[in-house]
Amino acid sequence: MSLLEIDNLSLTIGDTQILKDMELSVAPGEVMGLVGESGSGKSMTALTVMRLLPHAARATGRVTFDGIDILAATEDQMCALRGDDIGMVFQEPMTALNPVKTIGEQVAEGIRWHTKATRAAAEERARKMLDRVGLPQARFPMSRYPHELSGGQRQRVVIAIACALKPKLLIADEPTTALDVVLQAQILDLLRDLVAESRMGLLLISHDLAVVTEMADRITILRRGEVMEAGDTARTLSEQLHPYTRQLAQASMHVPARASTHDASQSKPLLQVESVTRDYPGRRTSLFKRAASIRAVDNVSLSMQPGQSVALVGRSGCGKSTLARMILALDKPSSGTIRFRGEAVTGKSEAELKPARRDMQVVFQDPYGSFDPRQKVEKLVAEPLHVLDKKPTRAERREMVAHALHEVGLDQRDMDKYPHEFSGGQRQRLSIARAIITRPKLVVADEPVSALDVSIRAQILDLFAELNQKLGIAYLFITHDLTVARAITDEVLVMHDGRIVERGKTSEVLDHPHSEAARALVAAAPDLHRAIARRMQEQG
Amino acid sequence: MTAYLLKRLAISLATLVLASIVVFAVLEILPGDPARLMLGMNASADQVELLRNQMGLNAPLLLRYLHWVGGLLSLDFGRSYTYSVPVIDLVRERLAVSLPLALIALALSTVIAIPVGLFSASRRGRAGDTISMGAAQLGVAVPNFWFALMLIYVFAVWLRLVPAGGFPGWSPGIWPALKSLLLPAVALALPQAAILARVTRSALIEVLNEDYIRTARAKGLPYRAVLWRHALRNAMIPVLTILGLQFAFLLAGTIIIENVFYLPGLGRLVFQAITQRDLIVVESVVMLLVAAVIAVNLVVDLSYAVVDPRLRGRQ
Repeated sequence: MSLLEIDNLSLTIGDTQILKDMELSVAPGEVMGLVGESGSGKSMTALTVMRLLPHAARATGRVTFDGIDILAATEDQMCALRGDDIGMVFQEPMTALNPVKTIGEQVAEGIRWHTKATRAAAEERARKMLDRVGLPQARFPMSRYPHELSGGQRQRVVIAIACALKPKLLIADEPTTALDVVLQAQILDLLRDLVAESRMGLLLISHDLAVVTEMADRITILRRGEVMEAGDTARTLSEQLHPYTRQLAQASMHVPARASTHDASQSKPLLQVESVTRDYPGRRTSLFKRAASIRAVDNVSLSMQPGQSVALVGRSGCGKSTLARMILALDKPSSGTIRFRGEAVTGKSEAELKPARRDMQVVFQDPYGSFDPRQKVEKLVAEPLHVLDKKPTRAERREMVAHALHEVGLDQRDMDKYPHEFSGGQRQRLSIARAIITRPKLVVADEPVSALDVSIRAQILDLFAELNQKLGIAYLFITHDLTVARAITDEVLVMHDGRIVERGKTSEVLDHPHSEAARALVAAAPDLHRAIARRMQEQG
Repeated sequence: MTAYLLKRLAISLATLVLASIVVFAVLEILPGDPARLMLGMNASADQVELLRNQMGLNAPLLLRYLHWVGGLLSLDFGRSYTYSVPVIDLVRERLAVSLPLALIALALSTVIAIPVGLFSASRRGRAGDTISMGAAQLGVAVPNFWFALMLIYVFAVWLRLVPAGGFPGWSPGIWPALKSLLLPAVALALPQAAILARVTRSALIEVLNEDYIRTARAKGLPYRAVLWRHALRNAMIPVLTILGLQFAFLLAGTIIIENVFYLPGLGRLVFQAITQRDLIVVESVVMLLVAAVIAVNLVVDLSYAVVDPRLRGRQ
């Protein structure tokens, strides 16, 4: 018998239909993968099972957990279930913990609440649970506060909270999306072990087909609130009977067509980074003492040719974003020089930097946070034009914006709209339009597709490839996602603890990594082909 | 934490010194000769000059400043020109009214505001929220002396539960004194509570949208427990800020209420001293208030660190 059974579930919030005749089941000890793009209703399914929906939500149909009718249960019954029989892990570990309570308090709280145990007994259980999720007493005493932990460590605390009372069902909503690939692999291993240990059912929600394929016994594919296909993971993904399943699988493995890989031997370099180091002062430990300074970037040298596409890969905190900021002259190196088209950008005033600024632009990760919501697209896309020597007239400016929008596949009429009128993918197109409007020679892109759904991501990668061919723009892609690096770059630099530990042609480095850091990244990166092959073996 | 504390302390001291210079300079610049004022219009120039010498008014500026600061530090505030008693005695007498009044009003306002804020935030947009926030809006809009008059009418004139005004002093016992402070404290607390309730509500509403609130709910805690255990403490920072400001106001800004209730408080003392050009009293009381406000701010800053562990590591 199933542990969780969802039948005919429909959900509306206000006048918007979120879910329609949704079906899903999870058996004890089973991992059910729920896959879909953003807005498909994955998280709302989870919140329906927890009965933590927004006030305006109306659910009809049947949701049964362990014989209890969830939709008809009283709030008291739900409180008894939540955290005891059903645990939940959320996407964003940085904000999922209460900043003013210690991790010990937060893990012990649910235990005390449900078991009525004494404080000491609950804390002892919490301690054991923290040990179990890989946060040992010696380094992670219970008196730690969340801000003293990294993202991966915080996610372990959230998992400890969710699993403290050995729930029958764990719901994990994009538990690793905010983490780098190595941490992702660790957290997934932990979840797998916890499932095996206590025959817990796991509802794993993700937009990442490769992650779900690696983890799930069965898979449900959701699109716009409707189940497209459901079944054994291996069969569903190897046969790809449903067109949408096929589309999703293809999009997640998408490699843009690029005519010729770049010839690196020609002409003089576009960008030269020479033994650049960046130290940050250590934290003040008292009024007179500081901790030793932190070396974020350590003696890094690299060079890029015009039109070349280079990936800078590494785990979070390895210094790749700091390096990018220095290349963009947004931060100053502690030592070393950076040359752009042969001219040093280090130690120059803003006015002297103008020509360089015109020729290098940036695309950020978050297409939602990088636009002022109160300004129109015309103004937003035209922002970099102030670095031009001659200020364009209004008509010229509109012309340039229209042209840039056209190049990224948007309509020129879009220039009178506001950012909120666009989807995530369209907004990322806007930020690309903003980056190319000055005809730059170099675009630095910091995780430009990691916030996007797979199908949108495929389109944006195509767009990057196309602009590279058409306009000869060189790219520096900063990413922890090796599929992006593989899809669109000629060369890859692997960064670890502030240093570049490996470099070479993208395919060579990713197929035969030598350094330990590169090997760890490659091993941890989810790969759909590999995952399907493994599933096929296991499930026959 | 020590670094945070030391830095706050240093800033407070620097502010205090700066304030003392400003207060001294302003009163130095103001027209009006205190010696002439004390002796009256008929005194001769020689007499005035004699008194000026006696009072040390002819000494060099820096010397007079240092003398004044030295006096403040040893609690010797000088003698009042008009009352001819040591200023410290005047202040002590008035503080015995103003300090308890401020504390009672602050306690009342907190006790009223925080539950109302919690109630409103947890029922956002529903009838309970609309009604209590409407009442709070009224509380902000209506001046406190009007509340005072209404309170006198109902509780003193009509029900005869408390006196309508005056202060018997603390010597006849605590109860009569408290009784006469009760109505003014309520009149002061109501508008303050209204502001504080609105701040509490909006801070809570922001916190209730945070991810960790959902985590707490997913643990199985009922809504009410989540509100008290997780939301309230996170919403405390803006509430503490407002509380600090209100205490400073309550200490000296209560002159209207003191007049309505015939209370011999600090506010009235300053008012009288200003109209009578009793500059020594003005200087001293203003400095005292500055010191009090700075001390309250220091306490507020330190309580931030108690509430939010993330601030403890900072400087």
